[in-house]
Amino acid sequence: MRSPLRLERRLSQPRSLRWLVPLISIGAALVLGSILMLLTGKNPITVFQRIVESGFGSKTALRGSLIAATPLAFTGMCAAITFRVGIINIGGEGQFFVGAIGASLVGLALGGQPTAFTIFAMIVMGMLFGGAYAALVGVLKARFHTNEIITSLMLNYLAGILLNYLIFNSTSYWRDPRSIGFPAGKPLEARAWWPKFELFGVQIPLGFLIAIVLGSLVLFLYRRTRFGFEVGVIADSPQAARYAGMNTRWKIIAVVTLSGAIAGIGGASDVGDFRHILDAKGLQLAGYGYTGIVVAALARFSPLAAVGVAVVIGGLTNAGYALQGPDFQSGLVGTLQGLLLFTAVAGEVLTRYRIRLRRTTTAS
Amino acid sequence: MNSNLLVIIAASAVFYGTPILFAALGELITERSGVLNLGVEGMMLIGAVTGVWASQHVPGTSWFVVLASIVIGATAGGLVAALHAFLVITLRTNQTVSGLAITIFAGGLGLSSYFANVWNVAAKPASHPIRVLDVAGLADTPIIGPILFHQTILTYFSWLLVVVCTIYLFHTRIGMQLRAVGESPQTADAMGINVVKYRYIHTIIGGILAGVGGVYYSLAIVPTWVDGMTKGAGWIAIALVIFGFWRPDLTLAGAYLFGAMQSLSLTLKARNVHINGDILDALPFVMTIVVLVAVSSGWAHKRIGAPAALGQPYEREER
Repeated sequence: MRSPLRLERRLSQPRSLRWLVPLISIGAALVLGSILMLLTGKNPITVFQRIVESGFGSKTALRGSLIAATPLAFTGMCAAITFRVGIINIGGEGQFFVGAIGASLVGLALGGQPTAFTIFAMIVMGMLFGGAYAALVGVLKARFHTNEIITSLMLNYLAGILLNYLIFNSTSYWRDPRSIGFPAGKPLEARAWWPKFELFGVQIPLGFLIAIVLGSLVLFLYRRTRFGFEVGVIADSPQAARYAGMNTRWKIIAVVTLSGAIAGIGGASDVGDFRHILDAKGLQLAGYGYTGIVVAALARFSPLAAVGVAVVIGGLTNAGYALQGPDFQSGLVGTLQGLLLFTAVAGEVLTRYRIRLRRTTTAS
Repeated sequence: MNSNLLVIIAASAVFYGTPILFAALGELITERSGVLNLGVEGMMLIGAVTGVWASQHVPGTSWFVVLASIVIGATAGGLVAALHAFLVITLRTNQTVSGLAITIFAGGLGLSSYFANVWNVAAKPASHPIRVLDVAGLADTPIIGPILFHQTILTYFSWLLVVVCTIYLFHTRIGMQLRAVGESPQTADAMGINVVKYRYIHTIIGGILAGVGGVYYSLAIVPTWVDGMTKGAGWIAIALVIFGFWRPDLTLAGAYLFGAMQSLSLTLKARNVHINGDILDALPFVMTIVVLVAVSSGWAHKRIGAPAALGQPYEREER
């Protein structure tokens, strides 16, 4: 049983592939998605048309897409930062939740203070909470060689349970005491809401701007500093890093903590920019952390590119919300995102190999 | 006697541990061939949703419908695994990312939810659930009755599977060759073993078993469809393979330990024992981390039993 495909390793990578491969990946995902829709009795062309219209077709659509993109920019960066150095932190989801818990705590406590002060405190708390939660994963990996994929995932479920506890099953500080029948989070005072900016008539959330700044800073950290260089060496060859006297353990912890801190700021932005409460149910239904992995993979694990990709995927998500109904099922957008992830991963192969069809006639 | 709390917990440990055992055995076989599949959660959910669909649409007697649902759920799980196999074996993509892609694509927010909506399976409960049996009329035997003789057909099948897997892996020629593929594909290839074929087949078997585990969720535990109903069981199954040192018998023990913890909250609530439900819900996840830390540090640091080539693509041309 010989495979009809043969992969030849490329000796050099043509520059054009850097643009071509993502385009081919997106195209392949569209084709596969269309096949799926045809199989389930939908017209793919109308579906895609409606997705583009309600994701990017108008100023309101764009505004909604930026709102959907903001959390994904943070979780996308969170995944990209660790994946690119070979650490698989899939705990962005939980780190985002915990960041939202920390930020809403100070947001509620300082609600009456000057807005700028509250916002600053919320960002710092989101960062600290998310970072600390992720540090746990880093310490376990660095100290005990514990598989970070599984620990970070288990911590996602635990963060979800913590949210349920705080809002539904206790009379915590976060829960609105007036909500008895349907427990809900205590609303933030309007003074603590994060401001929005306007560009060409489209509202841009503060969180999105923060994401752009953070993306640039992280890119600088990886490209231009000693820390970034050493982390890169550790990822490529842990042995070489040890011989060179680099402190591997500390750097693993630092990278994971940094990625969690960014996801935590995302949680702060979720509370400050959009929901203005700690929304236990909404956060768990959104799946920001997992979609962030799709974003990171499409951005080829570049933190700044992740912000851009988040806008595209955010548009898709936003269209999904807008169109949801009997003829546009809720799992469809998630499925399309999954397909995109597949084709992006498979597309990587084109940058490393040439694919040749094996001629069946040649006797070997 | 049979209502003794410990007996109930032991019986439900087996009941709730069975799907995790199926998924973990599947992952174990996959990993023995050197392929890591992190898509277990997604494959289980696809198995679960196709299983309910089959149960609602396949005509025939109850037994036939149950059997058909299991087969259809298993096939669906196998198909998803084949996708992973193609990506990581033929295209040699990163196994971790491809597995995550499987879970995101097929999981609670993806294809399984889409199918559930398109087929409208959540509208009514499964018409032919998998029921617990009273084996040879022994279900009322004190203590062991509810634990051993009052389970579903799949539980008995899983016991058979543990035995078969153990014999297959450690006492047959093909099993030995499989382990060789997982330890050192280069050596196996030199011995004349078709590495690609072995990896494909065992990755697909892993998906089939994960699919069966999923069907157990939607037809035996809940008997209806809920989005994301496996609630992390697939991930626990992956962790179980590590705790079980890649051995079927230890995996069985681990699965029942986690089954016990998953059922504790329900069992204790039903008996009005007042412990915070969230703490009980958190227990399996906390335990997974604790056991994983214990296993990965100290005496077990060398990862006893882990296939040496786990997660590495095999490139024949590169030798």
